[in-house]
Amino acid sequence: MRAYRVYAIEKGTVIDHIPAGKALKVVEILKLDQFNKIVTVGMNLESKKLVRKDIVKIENKNLSKQELNKIALIAPKVTINIIKNHKVDEKFKIEIPDFMENLVICPNPNCISRNEPTSSKFYKTKEKPLTLKCHYCEKGFKDFKLK
Amino acid sequence: MLAFLGFGKNQRFFPKHLNLVYVFRFMTMGKQPSFLSRDIISVNELSKKDIIRILDVAKIMEKNKKPLLNGKVLATLFFEPSTRTRLSFESSMNKLGGKVIGFRNPNVTSFKKGETLWDAINVIEGYSDVIVIRHPMEGAARLASEAAEVPVINAGDGANQHPTQTLLDLYTIKKSQGKITGLKVAIAGDLKYGRTVHSLAHALGLFNCELFFVSPKSLKMPDYIKDDLKEKQIKFSEHEKVSVVIDEADILYATRIQKERFPDPTEYEKVKNAYVIDSSLLKKVKKNLKIMHPLPRVNEIDISIDESGYAYFFEQAHNGIPVRKAILSLVLGKIK
Repeated sequence: MRAYRVYAIEKGTVIDHIPAGKALKVVEILKLDQFNKIVTVGMNLESKKLVRKDIVKIENKNLSKQELNKIALIAPKVTINIIKNHKVDEKFKIEIPDFMENLVICPNPNCISRNEPTSSKFYKTKEKPLTLKCHYCEKGFKDFKLK
Repeated sequence: MLAFLGFGKNQRFFPKHLNLVYVFRFMTMGKQPSFLSRDIISVNELSKKDIIRILDVAKIMEKNKKPLLNGKVLATLFFEPSTRTRLSFESSMNKLGGKVIGFRNPNVTSFKKGETLWDAINVIEGYSDVIVIRHPMEGAARLASEAAEVPVINAGDGANQHPTQTLLDLYTIKKSQGKITGLKVAIAGDLKYGRTVHSLAHALGLFNCELFFVSPKSLKMPDYIKDDLKEKQIKFSEHEKVSVVIDEADILYATRIQKERFPDPTEYEKVKNAYVIDSSLLKKVKKNLKIMHPLPRVNEIDISIDESGYAYFFEQAHNGIPVRKAILSLVLGKIK
């Protein structure tokens, strides 16, 4: 019998194969610290694929498209498991979208999107290293902050 | 027609000598890109075909006397100081029979009361048929174009783009050299903050020009522009002295070190006299060399250059009229 270090959930979402050390970042960007249901975080678990991995289990929550896009930006290789009745109902990989709205804060302080009440808009211009281009100031960035 | 295309009775699908590319060219011959109601925000959105069309119309505009824009109103919104861009837009509109409204000092408008750009553009578009905007923030013209139904023309957004300057630069290069394709162009000065050089580098790349970037280390061309050029396989090299490249260049495009873009004035002091172009640099240059500058110059081009036969910056400034007349006529649909 498999010994669970992080216990199974009845219903909700499991974010698996998070690169070791990034689980708390996932918790932060999804604002799970303010979530009033149970969230379980496992860090540095053994993994065949990654050697070490993190995992986040969120009870009674389905992630929105926008939340999945956020995760993709910091950990593009995660696996999402949707759990129903203790069983994996759906399992899928996520990918960084080609266009994202209101997801990233433009790092350019002189960009109009930082100074007017408008949504930020970014295009993915390169996968490796991940480079996003601002729709407004047209600058490309490799480092960025999520909204 | 069917027979000509190779679909006729007893014909091969296409005759041997009739290449598909030529068929396509024949079918699209004479088709011009449409500019009606189009925003002119970034050179990155203009294709080579678009640029050639604008330059061709600019040439027609040199002789045009018809009041093509009679009854049309241009709103010029200048949130930053400007002399040449604003005056040449206003002059172009007047010469074409249109009217101009607008402001050159945002402190006397409702922006002072905290009105957003989005709201202001939504109001102003009801007063005008076309809007020209200069703003200190990057992306402001793009946001304005999203707020407005009427076409918006970017007259400079922070350190980002100044597409009409680029178009008049290209027009000037073509006029002085007879062509753009394949030229060697040295771009010198503030390559970090200079929006004109960012747009120009991209546009010259479309014409397979070889680019020499000359600047002090602290004002080098930003990585995101260089990455873009590399991706498009545009040939460029970086240098610190004009003397290294000037003998090879067909065009020397000098720019001002822009004091107003420096966050730290001591950094400006370090580089303000980084290079001066004077007649001592012109001993072995090509005969066809032309020295351009978007103006205003401070001390980067010595006045001894003005009479050298190589100076071309005043002609360049004058070319703002036919090019801006062309852009206004095209986006307002008076030239198809």
